[in-house]
Formats: sequence, C-alpha cells, structure tokens
Amino acid sequence: MITAERKPLSEIRASIGPYKKVLMVGCGTCVAECAAGGEKEVALLASQLRLMAAKEGREIELKELTIDRQCIYEFIDQVTPVVDKYDVILSLGCGAGVQAMAEVLPKIHIIPALNTTGLAETKEQGLWLEDCRGCGDCKLDRFADVCPITRCAKSLFNGPCGGSKEGRCEVDPDTPCAWQAIVTRLEETGRLDSMDDIEPPANWAKTQGKGPRKIVREDQRT
Amino acid sequence: MIIESRLKKVLKAGHFAVTAECGPPKGADPDVIRNKGNLLKGYVDSINVTDNQTGVVRLSSLAACAILREQGLDAVLQMVTRDRNRIALQSDVLGASALGIRNILCLSGDHQSLGNQEEAKGVFDVDSMQLLQIVRQMRDKGLILGGDQLSSTPELFIGAVENPFGDPQSYRVKRLAKKIKAGAEFIQTQCVYNLPRFKEFMGQVADAGLTERVFLLGGVTPLKSARMAEYMKNNVAGMDVPDGIIERMKGTAAKEQRQEGIRIAVETIQALREIKGVSGVHIMAIEWEEAVPEIVEKAGLMPRPEV
Repeated sequence: MITAERKPLSEIRASIGPYKKVLMVGCGTCVAECAAGGEKEVALLASQLRLMAAKEGREIELKELTIDRQCIYEFIDQVTPVVDKYDVILSLGCGAGVQAMAEVLPKIHIIPALNTTGLAETKEQGLWLEDCRGCGDCKLDRFADVCPITRCAKSLFNGPCGGSKEGRCEVDPDTPCAWQAIVTRLEETGRLDSMDDIEPPANWAKTQGKGPRKIVREDQRT
Repeated sequence: MIIESRLKKVLKAGHFAVTAECGPPKGADPDVIRNKGNLLKGYVDSINVTDNQTGVVRLSSLAACAILREQGLDAVLQMVTRDRNRIALQSDVLGASALGIRNILCLSGDHQSLGNQEEAKGVFDVDSMQLLQIVRQMRDKGLILGGDQLSSTPELFIGAVENPFGDPQSYRVKRLAKKIKAGAEFIQTQCVYNLPRFKEFMGQVADAGLTERVFLLGGVTPLKSARMAEYMKNNVAGMDVPDGIIERMKGTAAKEQRQEGIRIAVETIQALREIKGVSGVHIMAIEWEEAVPEIVEKAGLMPRPEV
C-alpha cells in the first residue's frame, strides 16, 4: 500500500492559519489502512484542531468528509458540490490524492496534512516497512525477493558494503541489512552462486527518464 | 612527459608496496596538501586521497591528487559513487587521467547521513562494483557506458577496497572475487587489528585462487589512544578491534599511548608481510600523517625501491 504519516499538528495549524472554513477530506483506502488519513484520523485531527482553536479563542468551521479514493476522479465528485462553502481543503490523502483533487477542483487551495512516504508492507500492527521505490524495472527475482534499491541504504546492486555488522545496517542499527537477508536467502536455497555475476548499472530512465511516468493502456480506454 | 603509476610499477616488480592515506582539509588551502605530500615523500610509493570521507565536505579528492601530482608524487584518487552520477564519474575519470593521476580507488562511500550534510540526496546511480567495470572498460576498450567510443583512453591503475571483517562473513571472499572480476587490479583493505581473522580471510582468498589475480594491500591505522581504540571498536562500522588491543592501549600510560599505537602498527605490518598474498600495506594515519615516516622506518620498509 501507499503509506503516509500525519504532519505535526503545529505544521498543520500553521498552514491553515488564515482560513476559517476548512473542508477536511480523508481517503478510505491506503492511508486509512496505515492509520494516517482515514475517517478515524480525520475525526481525531478535527477534534484536535477544534480544541486548539477554542484555546486560542479563534473561530473555525471544520467539515469532515472521507471519500473512498482520493486519487480517482469519480470519488472526488463527492467533494465538488460542497467545495464552494469552504475557504480551503485540508487533505488527508497521499500526494496522488492531493494532486488529483487539485486537478478536479482548480479554484481552491488544497493543503496536505500528510507526508507520503512510499510503498510498504504491514509488518505487524502499527509497523509499516517500505520495500518498493517504484523503479519501474522490477528485478526482485535476482535478489532473492529483497529489493536492494529500497532496503539497502546505498542501493547497492552487487553485494553488501563493508559496514554491515551482525545483520544490521551501518546507517541505522534498527534496520536489518538488506544484503544480509539476500545472501542468507540465496544460501538457504542453494543459489548464492547466482550473485557471482555482476549486476549492470540500473536503467533509471524507467524511473525518471522523461519526467513523470505515464501508463497508457489502450485496451482500458473507452 | 610519460607519467606512469609508481604503485603499479612497485607491485609488478614484486616489491612490498607502501601507500598512505591523506585526508584533504576542510578548506581551500593547497598548502595543507603540499605539506602532507612533503611529509610522505620518499616514505611511501603512493598517496591515497579520500573523497569526502564519512560524508563530510572537504577539498576535492581530484584537486588534491592534482596538487600531489605537481609535487611529482604518485596519487590514488579515491572516488565514491555517493555524490556523482555516471555522467560525472566518467567525466572525472577522464579528467583525472588528463591531470596525470594514474591510480583510482572505486568505492561506494560512507552514507551521507553519517556526515555533515545529512539532508543531502545520496546519488548511488551506480555501485562500486559497477564503477570498477566502467573504469576498466573505459581504459581497456575505450568505451563509456552505453557503448560510445572515447577519442583517447584514460591511463589508470584500478583499485577497490575490501573489508575482511564485515558481515555476512561467508560472502566476503566471493565479494572480493567479484571486484576482481569487475576490474580491480589492486585491493586496499579495512584496518587490520584482528590478525587471526585476517589470516583466516587470506587463507580463503588463496584457496579461491585470488592471490595471483590481484595485489592486496593490508590496511593499518595507528591508534593514538586507548579511547580511539574503543571508539573504533564501538562506533566505526565494519571495524574489528579485539579486546587484547584495547587492553594493551589501556595498560599503557596516557603519554606513551601514541608510541604504543605506532608499535602495534609496526608489529601488524611485520605480521602482514609474512602472510601469503599480501603485496603491501596501506597506512591510514587519520589526521596523523606525521606518524607514517616513523612507522615505515621502524617496519623496515626503507628505503623505498627505485622503479
């Protein structure tokens, strides 16, 4: 899923500073799953902002609205009829959600309340680990299904650096060394020799060659 | 004037080579480099210049190597893939050769978050293995990545690093083999304090048939104090400092500890000379280049050979 974390309350407070009527738009898919921008998180943030406004003696009108997917225009259509009543939208969607809303609603200022972090798996309750950077050229099978681009701090393609110790990354000892995992998985399945070949430089053109990537599927277009 | 790599000539002639590391200043003064060059002149065969080591901004390695070259010294240009993409790397390889620099050491580099530019974007377009392959192909085939032909080829003796003490240990020799396959002609290792482990590693290197295929220089860093020994053990990634070394430093009076550090370095070099497959020593006296002449002399490595 796409993961995100809510920005600190002080930053959100500062960015909505001048506005009185705020439409808070949550998203019911990825960011709800990672407990950053779903209906519950919208309600929590709204109550925090109301409390803060009350303490400061400020008036604020907050409307909570969580749609199923903020990155799909059909769902954003639920926002369109009410948008004129508000000064600003505070989006609890990911970066794609904020921009899709901006595309559909060109006249209103949209402020992100989340920091989008990436593509992750749910390791355990309350723990999400990033494991894909969306490079556009998946070679996971070459690396025992552990992505070196994402999970090695130096994105090394040809083995561990010299700083891995007892399976921990030199950059952050809380992070397991991706290459320790790759080597262990290859050893356990008798495939370590596959690492003898030198992996050639990556084709980053598939990631950022000509600016933002676009997928066109003629069979899906009507 | 034809400039050749002194390091390559010394190693090919079968001499036990001596290289030393020189850290560039955190400023623009070329005399800092010249003074370090003068200090090391005649005592070492070649001088490595680190490339913004530990992610701390310093005078560029390429510029410092060019200054050493002006002094008639043989320099090893350390080049990390952390800060430059393949365009900049290949361009600097050509520039280095044009400036008369004849040795290059290809590394991935310490992660940017460990230095004084924590918010920098790490490049890592290619890794050290791929850089070795790129430089080798530029030199031997006159080709850059993608296959375009160079109008003339760079002249460089190509090196890499290896840490015999890093994890996963079962993969270290395979990784060395891979670096040789990628194009490394010489290897400089991480600092050796744990000699038994290093000997075990070298045994595996010999068993893999690699000793004939590469010149390997063992790394030696003289300890300045017991505190430094403990710091290296606990805070420097991939460093293996046995308790025996720490106890020895601690058991020495504070004002004698520098001398004890030099003694340990000399003993280590003497032990390294006896290990099959070790072709030289790389002395990394961190901000203590003054110690190098004394270490080289006491280790019986003077005079340096005429080649």
